[in-house]
Amino acid sequence: MSHRQVIIIGSGPAGLTAAVYTARANLEPLVIEGEPSSTSDQPGGQLMLTTEVENFPGFPEGIMGPELMSRMREQAQRFGATMLTEKVTRVDFSTTPKRVWVRETEYTADAIIVSTGAQSIMLGLEAEQRLIGHGVSTCATCDGFFFRGQEIAVVGGGDSAVEEATFLTKFASKVYLIHRRSELRASKIMQDRALSNPKIEMRWNSTVTDVFGEEQLEGVVLTDTLTGETSRLDVTGLFVAIGHRPNTDLFRGVLAMEDSGYLITEPGSTRTDVVGVFACGDVQDHTYRQAITAAGSGCMAAIDCERYLETLH
Amino acid sequence: MADGLVELTSATFDETVGSSTIPVLVDFWAEWCGPCKMITPILSEIAAEQQGKITIGKLNVDDHGDIAMRFNVMSIPTLLVFHDGELRKRMVGAKGKGQLLQELEEFLKTAP
Repeated sequence: MSHRQVIIIGSGPAGLTAAVYTARANLEPLVIEGEPSSTSDQPGGQLMLTTEVENFPGFPEGIMGPELMSRMREQAQRFGATMLTEKVTRVDFSTTPKRVWVRETEYTADAIIVSTGAQSIMLGLEAEQRLIGHGVSTCATCDGFFFRGQEIAVVGGGDSAVEEATFLTKFASKVYLIHRRSELRASKIMQDRALSNPKIEMRWNSTVTDVFGEEQLEGVVLTDTLTGETSRLDVTGLFVAIGHRPNTDLFRGVLAMEDSGYLITEPGSTRTDVVGVFACGDVQDHTYRQAITAAGSGCMAAIDCERYLETLH
Repeated sequence: MADGLVELTSATFDETVGSSTIPVLVDFWAEWCGPCKMITPILSEIAAEQQGKITIGKLNVDDHGDIAMRFNVMSIPTLLVFHDGELRKRMVGAKGKGQLLQELEEFLKTAP
């Protein structure tokens, strides 16, 4: 069994910033960074699936999401953070020290920083799972390439959806952007870019109620949210960006959370309802959800954590 | 190329997969794919630990799209396992080491 002063669970901008700060404070953090997957629940977090990040200060030319995360990871390691590419399977924060398991292996720590982030939600349709990798994709940056010259669709109306739709026009001959409302939620600059793109065609007030195709995706069924009428849209690719849910299943019954699953932190701090456990990034933020706000709250968690550890000695 | 992994191309793919007496796992990947990059070190570890039981190759879909197209790869990473020249298993998406080893179990128990 190995003991640390701090264990950080999760390795997006929040977790890695917390790692940089706690490492520089000589706390030798262990970062249990998660396991590779093709959803946004993976080491590096949601940015691993994005293309160009244009709004992270310090990168005037923009930087690719995976590149930014790989640099943050290197920076944390440079100051002595240890990375463990595993997924935490169970926690017990009621004891001293606090306990964390990766399958059968137990790790203990005086303080815990939770930065498990959020992952994208799928439509929840039966055929959707079967067609992943056969037209239905969870990663536009990974899979856009395979849809060169084809007609495809993106579902959603937020920044992720609009960014994906714009990115996918590099490959596809046409991108239908399907949104359940009559206006987009995405930032103005992203909206303008998408709405003025001749390859993007909006499908307002529509939800995807079925996807079909035997071996490969052949199309989707749209339901008009105003009239209830259904129609068929023939597309060979479908990218889903309808929102996120926090990765907090691990903390049910352990940490206070909202009905929506977001962890509750004391206002103006990163303290959870368990003393010595701090939460930062998207796992406790359903308002801002930006790389930079996640990083900022990661720094806050590290400082809160450092101060807590000082009270123990 | 990462340690222990064989770089496959359109020119070498059929020969490598067809002539191997042990299973060959082919990782279809590309430079722009974040999840692909994350599984590379895991594949290297498996290649080293399971040496003699399985060959692990990487095929860049950007450079060798014809092979990706032949196997209907539309999402990366896609991992295909071939044995005796035939496609035996298809895995779509990045996975952790434990899960990968579990999925590969049937191919790893038969040492030549």
